[in-house]
Amino acid sequence: MADSTKTVFAKSKLVGRIKQFFIQIGELSYFAGRFFKEIFTAPFEFKELLRQCYQMGNRSLVLVCMTGFIIGLVLTLQSRPTMIQFGAVSMMPNMVGISIVREIGPVITALICAGRIASGIGAELGSMKVTEQIDAMEVSGTNPFKYLVVTRILATTLMIPILVVFGDLIALFGSALVENLKGQVSFQLYFNTVFDALSFGDLVPATIKSFFFGFVIGLVGCFKGFNSKKGTAGVGIAANTAVVMASLLLFVVDFIAVFISDIFYEL
Amino acid sequence: MNYNMEKDTTNIQAKGFKKSKNGTERKAVIRIKNVIKSFGDNHVLNGFNMVLYEGENLVVMGKSGSGKSVMIKCLVGLMAPDSGYIEVMGKEISTLNRQTLDELRSEIGFLFQGSALYDSMTVRENLEFPMRRHKEKLGFVQDTTPLVMEALENVGLAHTIDLMPEELSGGMKRRVALARTLILKPKIILYDEPTSGLDPITAKEIIELMRSIQRKYGTSSLIITHDVDCARVISERMILLVDGINYAEGTYAELSASRDPKVEAFFKK
Repeated sequence: MADSTKTVFAKSKLVGRIKQFFIQIGELSYFAGRFFKEIFTAPFEFKELLRQCYQMGNRSLVLVCMTGFIIGLVLTLQSRPTMIQFGAVSMMPNMVGISIVREIGPVITALICAGRIASGIGAELGSMKVTEQIDAMEVSGTNPFKYLVVTRILATTLMIPILVVFGDLIALFGSALVENLKGQVSFQLYFNTVFDALSFGDLVPATIKSFFFGFVIGLVGCFKGFNSKKGTAGVGIAANTAVVMASLLLFVVDFIAVFISDIFYEL
Repeated sequence: MNYNMEKDTTNIQAKGFKKSKNGTERKAVIRIKNVIKSFGDNHVLNGFNMVLYEGENLVVMGKSGSGKSVMIKCLVGLMAPDSGYIEVMGKEISTLNRQTLDELRSEIGFLFQGSALYDSMTVRENLEFPMRRHKEKLGFVQDTTPLVMEALENVGLAHTIDLMPEELSGGMKRRVALARTLILKPKIILYDEPTSGLDPITAKEIIELMRSIQRKYGTSSLIITHDVDCARVISERMILLVDGINYAEGTYAELSASRDPKVEAFFKK
């Protein structure tokens, strides 16, 4: 009897969670729809957009570059013994270059930014909501969605691809440094080999998906912050869930992007 | 004094005019009729009625959670009532589009309970913010500094112009927020718990400031509070909000002398 009660309880909990998941997806889609509606209507908040681009781009640059450098170093150090074993050490720049530009660079940069930017936006908008700053904005005749949400989503969409380019270059530099120290390969030779190995088909899909990564980070951060509830505790929840949801969605977007680019490769 | 035990009876005077002490007629600037607002099973407003006249200081008192803030948010379109009629300066709020509502909002100053200063902006930027969308009202001024200074001087805080909100005390924040509500020279000011969270001396200063602003600009004020001292000093007329309705209405002297248990509960020390 007790077991059946437990099973019923667990089932209803599961159903509740699934329901909640779909409600969240629906609300997020509505939020994204509102973004696309508001983006094309005046007034445009260019000044705030530039400020957000500076905040998100400039302040994340050091973190992205440091992470990229370490990834480049580690990837090369870890792969080198195996490549030597197969007598393919000369292919090292090609392997590292393609893997960083196609996949590792965009995904790692986006994850770092999800942690830094999405949580920051979630906490900032959440605290503005709790302290009635968003209401104050509305009452003063400024559309808070346009001023706070549209500018932030646009800023992340524009800045993440730029950060990815920086991250990729620094990661390649880290890899070149290891090759230079361990294999006496000059920087010029290393970069020439990398750029010879890279094709248009490597760069374009990676760049396009970086824009989508940026959009997802901004969208989720704003969605969680703008809809934050339950007072100050809600601010923490908004920041936390923004990172989790953004990171999860990044992998979903990455899967879709790889799937689509794979179809084009086969064509 | 009027008692309103029934949910749908109203004490609104015909045609929305009221005779002032000197015999002149005062026009109604805010009219609320039978407003109902619920959050799930929680029925906050159950047919609330209210009229605010031009140049009047009206205090709405109620216990915490009685729906005072909900009512004031419905007035500026931050929340939509489930049913009922809200008219501000002759315009029905629910029928306005975004642009008209924003224009109307420039005539309404709103002092939030927690001041609601934008914490990423300086005091100057906080005061300049409402001017962004209402430049025509201020005559398209290029240099906003004199307007900002005037508003800050009104609240005695001209020296804080380049400070960040985090550098201000609670009382100073409330005064800067008041300066921000004044920047567009509104005709109506809505005060949401203007003295909550302040020490008695600072609270007194804020009340005095509210009175001086009302005298200087002739604004109509709607003050939401549960602070009896604030109500005593500032109110010309009071409404007691109980169980989502305007339970009793009158002057401070009338209400404080009442023997009705629900009214008495507000004035018990």
